[in-house]
Order: sequence, then C-alpha cells, then structure tokens
Amino acid sequence: MANGDDRAAQRPPGSQAFDRRRFLGFVLAAPTLVTAAELVPAEQARADVPSADITELVDLNDVMTLAALPTSGLITVQVHTDGTVSFALPRAEVGQGITTSTAMLIAEEMDVPLAKVRVTLADARPELVFNQLTGGSNTTIATYTPVRVAAAIARGRLLEAAATAFGAALTEVTIRAGVVIGPAGRTIGIGALAEKAAAVRTQQVAAELKPAEQFTVIGTPQRRIDALDAVTGRKKFAMDLTIPDAFPTMVCRPPTINGKVGSVANVDEVRAMPGVTDVVVIKSGVAVRARTFGQCIDGVRALKVSWVPGSAKGKSDESVLRELKAAEITMGLPPLTPSVEGRFTFHFRSNSALEPNCAIADVRSDRAEIWSSLKAPIVAKEAIAAKLGLPLSAVTVHVTEGGGSFGRKLFFDAALEAVEISERIGKPVKLMWHRADDSRQGRTHPMATSRVRISYVGDTVLSYKQRHTSVATDLSHGFGEIFTALAAKLPVADLGFSETFFQLSQSMPYNFGVNSRLLNETDKSFNTGSMRNVYSPDVTCARELVIDQLAAKMGKDPYRFRRDFLRDHRSLAVLEKVAEAGRWGRPMPEGTAQGIALHSEYHSASAVLVEIDCRPETVNRPIRDGVAGPRVTRIVLAVDAGLTINPRGLEAQMMGCAMDGIALALTSSLHLRDGYFLEASWDNYFYTRQWNTPPELDIIIMPDTTGKPGGAGELGVAATMAAVACAYGRATGTMPTTFPVNHGTLSFEPKPTVPPVPQSPTDGRDHAY
Amino acid sequence: MPKHTFRLNGEQVTVDIADDVRLLWVLRDILGVTGPKYGCGINVCKACTSHLNGRAVNPCAIPVGDLNPTDEVTTIEGLPGTVGADLHPMQQAWLDQDVAQCGYCQPGQIMAAVALVRRAAEEGREITEADLDGIRNICRCGTYLRIREAIKAGARSM
Repeated sequence: MANGDDRAAQRPPGSQAFDRRRFLGFVLAAPTLVTAAELVPAEQARADVPSADITELVDLNDVMTLAALPTSGLITVQVHTDGTVSFALPRAEVGQGITTSTAMLIAEEMDVPLAKVRVTLADARPELVFNQLTGGSNTTIATYTPVRVAAAIARGRLLEAAATAFGAALTEVTIRAGVVIGPAGRTIGIGALAEKAAAVRTQQVAAELKPAEQFTVIGTPQRRIDALDAVTGRKKFAMDLTIPDAFPTMVCRPPTINGKVGSVANVDEVRAMPGVTDVVVIKSGVAVRARTFGQCIDGVRALKVSWVPGSAKGKSDESVLRELKAAEITMGLPPLTPSVEGRFTFHFRSNSALEPNCAIADVRSDRAEIWSSLKAPIVAKEAIAAKLGLPLSAVTVHVTEGGGSFGRKLFFDAALEAVEISERIGKPVKLMWHRADDSRQGRTHPMATSRVRISYVGDTVLSYKQRHTSVATDLSHGFGEIFTALAAKLPVADLGFSETFFQLSQSMPYNFGVNSRLLNETDKSFNTGSMRNVYSPDVTCARELVIDQLAAKMGKDPYRFRRDFLRDHRSLAVLEKVAEAGRWGRPMPEGTAQGIALHSEYHSASAVLVEIDCRPETVNRPIRDGVAGPRVTRIVLAVDAGLTINPRGLEAQMMGCAMDGIALALTSSLHLRDGYFLEASWDNYFYTRQWNTPPELDIIIMPDTTGKPGGAGELGVAATMAAVACAYGRATGTMPTTFPVNHGTLSFEPKPTVPPVPQSPTDGRDHAY
Repeated sequence: MPKHTFRLNGEQVTVDIADDVRLLWVLRDILGVTGPKYGCGINVCKACTSHLNGRAVNPCAIPVGDLNPTDEVTTIEGLPGTVGADLHPMQQAWLDQDVAQCGYCQPGQIMAAVALVRRAAEEGREITEADLDGIRNICRCGTYLRIREAIKAGARSM
C-alpha cells in the first residue's frame, strides 16, 4: 500500500534483533490512550583516547543524563478525545523554549500538527528522583529519546486501533496530520481513536523511532507554542494566578546581606495601616500581608526595625578581593621556558530575572500547596515538607511558568519564605520580593579571580595552567544530590561538589600540552548560585584574553593562532565560520576592533566574532539613568548544538546569550560596600539595554554532524563575553583585567537601605509619551 | 473608602481603594488585570507599560486618585480592541518575529512600541534607529534585536 505505515513496513518480519531505533515502553491502563517511555538506552561509551581532560570522557551532561536514566520511563503522553495530545514536562519553562521543542518532538513522532500538542509543566514528582532538575542545559539532551519513545508508542497504538476499526491490516493504515488514513481513503481522527486505543491493563510494548531522514518537524523553525499567550497578556506567571485569599505579601528586609531582626517597635501600628491584614516577624525579616502590593510597600516602609548585622558584615569589594587573594593557591615556580600570564578579577553579578523571586503558599495544619517557578521542584518539595513536618504526600508543589531564570530559579528561597509566612499567620499568601530585595538580598554570581599561565617554546605550547578562585557558589539545589549518587562512577571521587561541577563543565579545546585547571573557593557568607553558564564565562574570558597575548608574543594573528591549535573539527568549523562571515581582519578605524573567541560545553561548540567601538564619542554618548560605554557594533555567532530541534528557538537562545555576554564584559555588576550591595533596581544594575545592543547580529547554525542534540540555553554566554573582552583589548591597546570593565566607576546614586524598598513615584502622568 | 472611577479597556470601572494606591496594584490586585507586570515599582523597568488616553505610561507611578472618570486606561488586554480586531498589528508583528522568550516583559514592550510608532507618525516621520535605542523597557532574556525588527514590521502595518 502506498499509504501504509513507513516504519511498520520497514521492520523485517519476525525480526527479534534489537534495532538501535527500537525501544521499549508502556501503554498504561487509562480511559484514553496513555503511553509511557521506559529506559533510555545508555549513551555509547565515548571512544576518545584518555587524556588529561576529563570532559572528553564524561562531562556534566553525561552525569545528568546518566542520573536520569532509571526514572525516565515515567513520562507519559496522553491522547484526548478532542484530538489533542498532552504531555506534562518534568522541567521548568523559564523562556528557554523547551515546551515548544518538546511539543515538536511529539508532533514529529506522532505525525500530528504541532498546534494539537499541549505541553504543560509537571508538579513536583519526587518519584522522578533526579529527573526533574532544569539546569546544565540538559533538558533536550536528557529527554530527546524518552519523549519520542512515548510518542511513538502512542502512534503505534492509534494505528492498531484504526486498523481494527477499518478491518484493515496494520500496513494499510498511516497517520497524516493527526488523521489516520486507511484503505480506500477512509479516515478517522486520533480523537475518535483515543478511547479505542486505550489499554485496560498496563503492558509493555516496543516502538521504533522515526529515522532522522524522515523528519518534517524536528529541525524546522517553529514559533513558540506560548507566543500568543505572551503577546496578549494571557500567559500566567505565579503572581498572575488567582488563588482564594492569597493576599499580596512582602517582607521588610535588613539593610545588610542576611541581617536578622532584632526587635520591631511598631507592629501594631503597621497592622492598622490601610489594607494591611497581617504583620509577622519571620527568619528573614518582617512580613506584611495586605490587600494590594502597594499597601505592602507602605507597610514595609513604615516598619521600625532594629537589625542585627548579617553574614557579610562590614565586607566590601576590596575586602573580598583580599580574601580571594589570600585563598589563591600557588601557580608554582615560573617556568624556565617563555610564558604569558594573566590575572583577572570578576565582580559580583546579579542573576535576577525580570520576574522577581515569588511564590504563592497555602499552608494548612495537615497539608500545603505551593505555586512557583522552580527548576528543582523535588528538592523544594522535600525541604518544604521537612520544614512543616508534613509527609511528602501532603505537600503539593505546582511548577508555574517562569519569567526568566538565569540560574535564579534553581533555588526556592521565595517558596520556603512563603510557606513560613503562611504557616505563621494561618492564611494563604502571594509573596513577591520587591526589586530592591531581589537585587540586594537575592542570589548572585560570586566574585572570582582567575589566573592563567601558558608556557611555550617557539611555535609549540607546552602547558596551560588556570587557577580559578571564587567566593563559594551555592550548588545545594540538587546538583549535589546527583553527584553524590554518581560519585563512584566519576573519575573525580575525592573532589567536592563545586570542584566536580567545575571540572565537569570546563573543557580545553586547544592543543596546549599539559593542561591543568583548578577551582578554589572561599567565603560562604553570600547568597550565590549558578548564573547562566556558571563558571564558564569568567574562565573562558580569562583564557581567551591570554591566548590573544600569546598569539601576539608568537607574532601570530589571533584567529590563525586559534585555528592552528584547535583539536576538534566542530570547534574548528565554528571558528572558521565566524571568521569568514565576520570578515575577520578587515580594516577598521582606530578605536574600533574585532575580537574572536571560542567556547565548547554541553556537547556543543560556539565561536563569536565581535566588533566594538571604543571611541570617546561613542563611549561618552549621553544616556539618561543608564550607562553607555563602548558599543558592540556587530556580533557573528556560530553555534554547533548537534541536532537542532528548533532553529528559531536556538537563534533566540544565542541572541539572549550574546546580550548576557555583552553585559558581563562591559556593564553589569554589583558593588559591595559595608555588607550590602549598592544596586537596588534596574536603574542601578546595568544589564544590556537597547542602547547597548549590536546593530548587527548574525547567528549561524552549523550543520549537524552528530545526530544527537547538544545543550544550548547557556552556551553562547562564555564565548560572547570573551570575544567582547578580546575586542575591547584590541581596540584600546590594553588587556582588560577587571570585569565588567566599567566596575571602577559607580554610575548611580545608591538608594537608601532603610527603609529597604523605595516608594513608587507619583508623577507617572507627567512622563506620558 | 474613596471610590475611583475610570475607563479600563473600553469599560467604566469603579474601585474602592485609598487615593495613593498606584494604578498597577489597582489593575493587578483589585481588578485582576494581570497583563501589566511588576518589575521594579519605580518606573525604570517599564514592564507595566500601558496606555492612558492613548499615551504610554507606567501604572506603577500613577496614584489611582489621579484618574478622572473620562480617563481611558488601556492595558495589553485592551489593545486589540483599539483596532477592532483579535490582535493589534504590533502583536501580530511580535508573533511573526517570535519575539517572546519568557514573555514577562513583552506586554510592556508591545505597549511601548505602539506608543512610539504613534508618536513618530504624529511627527510625520518613520521610526529611526535612535528611537529604538531610546526604548527603556528591559528584557532580561535579551530579545532586543527581535523587538526592533517587530517594531519596524508592526509600524508598517499600523
């Protein structure tokens, strides 16, 4: 039959051989068709020759994928009578586009229209153990196969049900655009088959995945499935939900990081303010619940609190830098051969998303329900249950759509706090951190120094040594548990979590002889976390800047030097692509320059060519309540993320990574003084703004040479930051050593710390345009 | 409690709330209109950008007592209604360019874009790169380049 099922027809009759595209899964007992994927076949052992670089043997994503293996079978695809297909993704969507790419996988495998696939976010599911952590750019890598297996089983069941309905052979039916077509052009929609294809008892079945050459959805540019909701204001974030009696709640926070309440002079007075329903002292400050957030702000500002200094008492940028220097381990004796060295400082940076830390909590005596955007919802659920002394089954944690993350939502600070407040006052609360709270008390990318030494003789590089010293990064959100579970399988058994993460996430793409890199951490008094791309932007920036120095010493062009020393074809290909597309080496006016840099991670590779304008008339252009500085005028970014599910989504991620890289290199940092961060809002913290964006941005997606998806949500940050830094160095003739380069100039008037939040202006009508 | 009456997305509304409560909280916490987002509360991030009598304003900086019964507040929810369609051309341009990532800032971005294009039209000119550079709405996902493309496309069809 010409319209017979391609895959069924291809299967050798009676073959018992385990085809590499055949996988086992389940049909679950349910009223309509529900299928589930079982095991993901283990990644093929990597055949690279063992070397000094452990990321060639195993990297962070391998660890996370391995950790996910025993439980991946629990993800289910459901077919409904209205012809839609639904899937509850055990991951957090925070803008990275994974609901869209997951819907694409299902649409592809089932041959149903993308618009008929609904992907929601699963509640916290402790039975998934490690497999509900969104991080490490691992989502697509870990879920690519199991999602398709569940979808393929569903497709197979629908075909069987249709064949029965038509009285036809299985080879005579096929699915096109969500409709099953049988002999003589007979058709039946999958909605009409949803009950017929359902199982009365759970059974194991085999499925064969669609071969890549038959893909019609995967690899095609698709719009986000939530785009319409986003542009109409219908997309619901945690604070947009209507939960009965969950009144707005804010917390009056201390003037120093992690300060504590000593005493409160006027609780009753504030409780009597208009709209205020409750005022209660909690661990992190004084909570105010009111009819509106505006009245919470009024209450927070009216509270008279005496504070006990916090964990960073008296600390400043200068004192932390001294601590870091004291913690630095030796680089060893200077080599006898020629060498180049660099020492770099990376200041604190905020990973605040635009949606601040927030959560809704409804805690009762025997149960609790929480709504929040959480990338580690199982850990959150466990922590909440423990805090309340409730069994895990009495705690429901809903994962809401997130308004950005950048690492922030790996933690659940707001959820824990909302639970504490709701328990104390016995009412549901809708807790939101004020922006000033989010900036001053929220998680940060820790301050760090990085030292690099490269020794060489003639045209040969003998060794590369990097020593990264950082304020401790808090990885307690779940990566830790993964590493604990798998420690025995890793060649890093004696290392701590952070060093393990560091070693697993860093790669050495160059042939630089003996390669050694170490992380050393100090000072746990700050609220830190893994900001997008974690250690890589700083580590890569330091490396690429010293490589430019080495190239200059050897009398080589920065691009040609990198090309000559790169070890793998994927890195080489992205580098050559940006050099060609960006016309590397083209003549440029004085005060402007190009820079080029490379980064590989997440089984992916990226290269970035940047052009920057550092001429005084550009640097000093007037900007109201913001910073100008050098302007990146062009970015060419080439990305090889292996098999790309949605090129349009990948381009979006690379664009965002590029904006982050610009900010990290040029404008965005936190200034620490007297135990607190000076930055309290977006007019102090200078994330990339329209006036900082490159007029030209070209993103080039490389052809896939692997057949497997790599990670990409964070990939482009490191290479962009490094390329901007290299371009800045070449344009100004001085290698930048402190980041961001404008950190030494405070470009705003710090807001007061008492009261901790600024009052909203009243002159909004005067600024209408 | 004082009563405040104004027009919201084409309908007259009345709320009982103190004069100094900012319009953003009246919209979100009292009326349940959640398209305008909170990002700073001090009129710098622009996530709550909406229209007042056709001009872009930030409700986080307007006490509800400043509104008159004839004042017309338009949030992202009411934008399509201003052109009598399911979607405003700017929203369609946003879809065509697939601008949104997390989407949190996008209602404010779209409202700012519409006001910017209207102002340029009133001045009898096209949108310039300088106009686009001057947009103050923050997008922490960094969708800036697609925003610029969408505004140019949206302006052509407005």
